[in-house]
Amino acid sequence: MKNFYLTKEKIEIQPLIDLVTDRNAGAICTFIGTVREMTKGKKTLYLEYQAYIEMAEKKLQQIGEEIKADHLDADVAIAHRIGRLDISDVAVAIAVSTPHRAASFEACRYAIERIKEIVPIWKQENWEDGQQWVGDQKEQIAYPSGKPELGGDKK
Amino acid sequence: MNIDVLLFAGLAENAGDSKISLSFADEQVNVQAVRNELKNLLPNMEDLIEKSMVAVNQEYATNDVILSVGDEIALIPPVSGG
Repeated sequence: MKNFYLTKEKIEIQPLIDLVTDRNAGAICTFIGTVREMTKGKKTLYLEYQAYIEMAEKKLQQIGEEIKADHLDADVAIAHRIGRLDISDVAVAIAVSTPHRAASFEACRYAIERIKEIVPIWKQENWEDGQQWVGDQKEQIAYPSGKPELGGDKK
Repeated sequence: MNIDVLLFAGLAENAGDSKISLSFADEQVNVQAVRNELKNLLPNMEDLIEKSMVAVNQEYATNDVILSVGDEIALIPPVSGG
C-alpha cells in the first residue's frame, strides 16, 4: 500500500495508522478533514473533488519528504478522496508517527496546511442555490510571488 | 510548435474540455507565452489564468521556463483540497 494516494473510495484512518506504526514511535498524530454542512450560513449539499492525480500524489509525497527533513524519524501517510463527497465524509486523512508527541502534532498540522497550498486538488461546492469551484482556500491572495514555493522549498 | 495544456476545475468547465491545444509560430515557447495564448483563447478567464500556476512535467514552473516538445503542461488554478 502506498503512503501517499488519492482515492475514489471511502477513506479509513486505521490503514494509514498501520502504515506509520513503528517500534521506535512514541506518538502517532492523525488528522481527518470532513465535509462540513454549514459555512457562514450557507448550506452545502455535497462536494465534488477533482485532482491532477499524478501530480497531486507527487506533491503529497513531497510534503512527507519535507516533514522528514525536519523530523528525521517521522513516518507519514496521507490519503485524499476525490469524486462526490457527502456531508461528514472524510475528504483527507493524515497520520504521522514520531518518537515524541510534540513533533507529531507539529508535523500533522504542517501536512494539512501544506496540502492547501501546493497539492493540485479542487473542491466544487454544491449548495441549494448553485455550485462553484473554490479557489484559494487559505483566503490569501493567490500566489503573490507568482507561484507557490517550488520543489522541496519550505515556507 | 504545438502545445496541449491540461485544464482543471472551473477552467476546464469554461473551456468545455479538459485539454486545450495551442499553436505557436515560434519554435521557442516559454510558460509566459502559454499564459498569454490561454488568455487570448479564454478571455473571460483572464483573471483566473493570471492567478493560476503552470506545471511543467508535474512540477510548478516559473514564467521564464522554456518548453520542449513532449512536455506535459497543465494550468493549475488556486488549489482547494483538504
